[in-house]
Amino acid sequence: MEKHDFNQVLQLSPFHERIDTLGLMKNWTSWNGYQTARIFDTLAAEYFTIRSSCSVMDMTPMEKYRITGPDAVTFLNRLVTRDISKLKPGRVTYVVWCNDDGRVLDDGTIFHLGEDGYRLCSQHHQLDWLMISSLGMDVSIEHETHDIAALSVQGPTAYSVLAAAGFTKLDTLKPFGILNTQLNGFDVMISRTGFTGDLGYEVWVDPRHALDLWDAIFEVKQRGLYDVRPIGLDALEMVRIEAGFIMPGDDFNTAETTIRAGRDRSPFELGLDWVVSFDKPYFTGRRALLKEKTEPIKRRLVKLLVEGNKSPTDSFLYDGKNGQRIGAIKSNVWSPILKSNLTMADIEFIKGELPKEIWAEIYYQKELEWKSTWAKCSVSDLPFWSHPRRSQTPPDQF
Amino acid sequence: MKNYDAIVIGAGHNGLTNAAFLAKAGLDVLVLEKNDYIGGATVSRELHQGWKYSNCSYVCSLFRPEIYQALDLGRHGLEVVPIQGGATFMENGDYYGNYHQPAVRRREIARHSKRDADAAIRFDADLMKWCRLIRGFLLRTPPDPTSFKWRDAMEFASLLKAFYELSESQIYEFIRFFTMSIAEYLQEYFESDVILAHFSGGSIIGTGLGVYSPGTAYVLLHHAMGDVDGNVGSWGFARGGMGSVSKAIASSFKALGGEIRAGAEVKEIKVSGRKATGVILASGEEINAKIIVSNLDAKRTFLNIMNKKDLPAEVVRRAENFKIRGSSGKLNIALDGMPDFTALEKGSPLTLGHMHFSDSLERLERAYDDWKDNKWSQDPYVDLIIPTQFDPTMSPAGKHMMSVFVQYCPYDVEGGWTDQKRNAFGDTVINQIANHSPNFKDLIRHIEVRTPREIEAEVGLTEGNIFQGELTLDQLMFNRPFPGYAQYRGPVKNMYMCSSSTHPGGGVMGAPGANSAREILRDLGKENTTPEDFGDD
Repeated sequence: MEKHDFNQVLQLSPFHERIDTLGLMKNWTSWNGYQTARIFDTLAAEYFTIRSSCSVMDMTPMEKYRITGPDAVTFLNRLVTRDISKLKPGRVTYVVWCNDDGRVLDDGTIFHLGEDGYRLCSQHHQLDWLMISSLGMDVSIEHETHDIAALSVQGPTAYSVLAAAGFTKLDTLKPFGILNTQLNGFDVMISRTGFTGDLGYEVWVDPRHALDLWDAIFEVKQRGLYDVRPIGLDALEMVRIEAGFIMPGDDFNTAETTIRAGRDRSPFELGLDWVVSFDKPYFTGRRALLKEKTEPIKRRLVKLLVEGNKSPTDSFLYDGKNGQRIGAIKSNVWSPILKSNLTMADIEFIKGELPKEIWAEIYYQKELEWKSTWAKCSVSDLPFWSHPRRSQTPPDQF
Repeated sequence: MKNYDAIVIGAGHNGLTNAAFLAKAGLDVLVLEKNDYIGGATVSRELHQGWKYSNCSYVCSLFRPEIYQALDLGRHGLEVVPIQGGATFMENGDYYGNYHQPAVRRREIARHSKRDADAAIRFDADLMKWCRLIRGFLLRTPPDPTSFKWRDAMEFASLLKAFYELSESQIYEFIRFFTMSIAEYLQEYFESDVILAHFSGGSIIGTGLGVYSPGTAYVLLHHAMGDVDGNVGSWGFARGGMGSVSKAIASSFKALGGEIRAGAEVKEIKVSGRKATGVILASGEEINAKIIVSNLDAKRTFLNIMNKKDLPAEVVRRAENFKIRGSSGKLNIALDGMPDFTALEKGSPLTLGHMHFSDSLERLERAYDDWKDNKWSQDPYVDLIIPTQFDPTMSPAGKHMMSVFVQYCPYDVEGGWTDQKRNAFGDTVINQIANHSPNFKDLIRHIEVRTPREIEAEVGLTEGNIFQGELTLDQLMFNRPFPGYAQYRGPVKNMYMCSSSTHPGGGVMGAPGANSAREILRDLGKENTTPEDFGDD
């Protein structure tokens, strides 16, 4: 077994050479053990690249597993809460999965790759759980995170940029669809997926062709056609909250890592009723979730808009000004496009009902002088931000 | 002749902790120590000029931060530095490196098994559940489950409450955990031999059980429930060796007006009218006090320094049956330089932590088999550290001190221990290390080899058992040391116990000493000077 260099703490992505050059801030963090840029240049510019032109993000560190074998679909359908038996080849779907107690272990996406089986993408490490879940099934589970390089190309001009880079047939690719194509002689898979709530694609290649892919996309910028910029994790965090996507580990504690009883969450408590299907046969956590369904909901993660402009980071929530404490903010962003404080908040329900009023107590400082204030909040059932171009097919050509 | 408020017998860390909290409450306290130096098994001695050893205990994690804070030990010279690194060397020349960087550690586990790298997340979280449950009871007196006293009932209720705060499935798992062997427990998570061996080491240290013996899973918990600055499961080096711990407590005790007499061995606890009244020293000197606290293990306390006529037959019988088997040895080695390890690259950070040479459960079990046959392990499990890589106070510059804890080494070796056999035991360990370090033997300048015989003779631990009694379920919580005697009160009035033979057991924790002080002060109607658990909700 090959030993590794202990001085190389974080792994380098196959795109690292380019990222290192463009990452002017050298603002690195670890994402799944990979050296990942938080900010390349300035956060505001990266945010608006996603919302106004074309952003590129290295998503190689995302955990990826290849599921193949005769029982692959049976296995996956028993693993996740959603019915995926009708997922067609060339399609992608969002899923969550639970332990036997119906508490959420992680979320992710399943790609039906046709004859090549399925790809499961997850936020956290899942190999152990997948192996446990596959007992008795004729299925093969391969960890392929390091074997696939991937770029997320997102923004209103994402289609135009990829078309200019040489990708054809993208015009008919619908949201959650997969296109297998080629670029300069190497295989590329493109899915119309993303974490931004905007028009966007995820582009998957063999790591050997990673730099060719990167260069083909950025060459569009060099030709003076469209702006294309790399973005880091911080800009992604902003747009994912705008788009209403939850982040396991940030917005809720995943079941596998929960030590204190009651700190994990069920799909219902995360507002994910729509991905739980009791119509399909057995799946892990089904019995516990059926039981939970008959009882009034105790708490739920909500999309919460907080009035004013003071940042409600980590704020406690109350059922009135100076009222009873009913929850806390888990993640938040000042949305530059909506000029609002958007948050994900964990709220205790009263007799199965959302509290009538929700107030945030916010501590903030100006020039190191701390103050506190109250801000009224309102729950949003829909994503805070969703643009029709996200699903428009064919997308606008710029 | 002076009468003291309290006499504490034995200047180990628990005796000193107990004495310090009594002194803090305004009591006039005397600590008596048989050796010419203090510390008991928490001791650093210079046996070779220029080198200081941590002669017995060698790393620190369990010591309660609440006690550290309450006795102001930082200002009295104690510093505990977190340990990083560590490795289990394999027979095939490879190793498992327990890198301190989580990302590197994860990749390293994955190098041996991809699945184990992910299983480690589940394992860590599960172990933390049990740690969290038990940590809350370290600084509390075990309730008597048969008592109807209000305090016992409330304490027992809080024990049950903590238990029932676990989810249904966790309750099942917890009960299983307490009764399982470490091998079976770990095999529910891991598949790689070397990972299994590496993680199981902590559950046999100091224990007369093998990795396949039921009950060993708990011993792992006992080694994982400590923390360094909130990092539960982490271990630290006391700067200057473990003697720094007892020195700092002693300094705090003296600052509170306490008195320590070394070279003063207690022969007997005087009892008159079913009350302890004082002690008689080996010199014949008698010293009286209102309270007598024994920091000796339960066997020594009741069978050696108390008159059986003063004790209920039940206590004598329980003391005779108390399970306190010697199973560990220790080598302390002065080195002329830093040894190389064949498997490691130059400059590897792995040498900074605990190093082991047992790469499979089978080898660990065979090591135990030898012990059962009254032999020292021919292929022992060792826990090797070289703290002088960053502690400048324990050896001359450029030289090193190596501490090698060895499991298993019997108290009753075949034919009885002789100096020659002790040295042969040392050679077994040295050869094992030399197999992985070609220049090791040439660097040795001085060795202290300790079998259970030496540990018993010098420190006073019966049979050389490092925990002052096995950490098995029958000797834990309200059964430690004996049923009915778990609340630190002895069988005669004014006599108390504060040693690791009492709850929560062995390891340099200080908790028995503090818990015992709390009960004494309660009986005296004095203000409680002992700290409460910091809490973890």
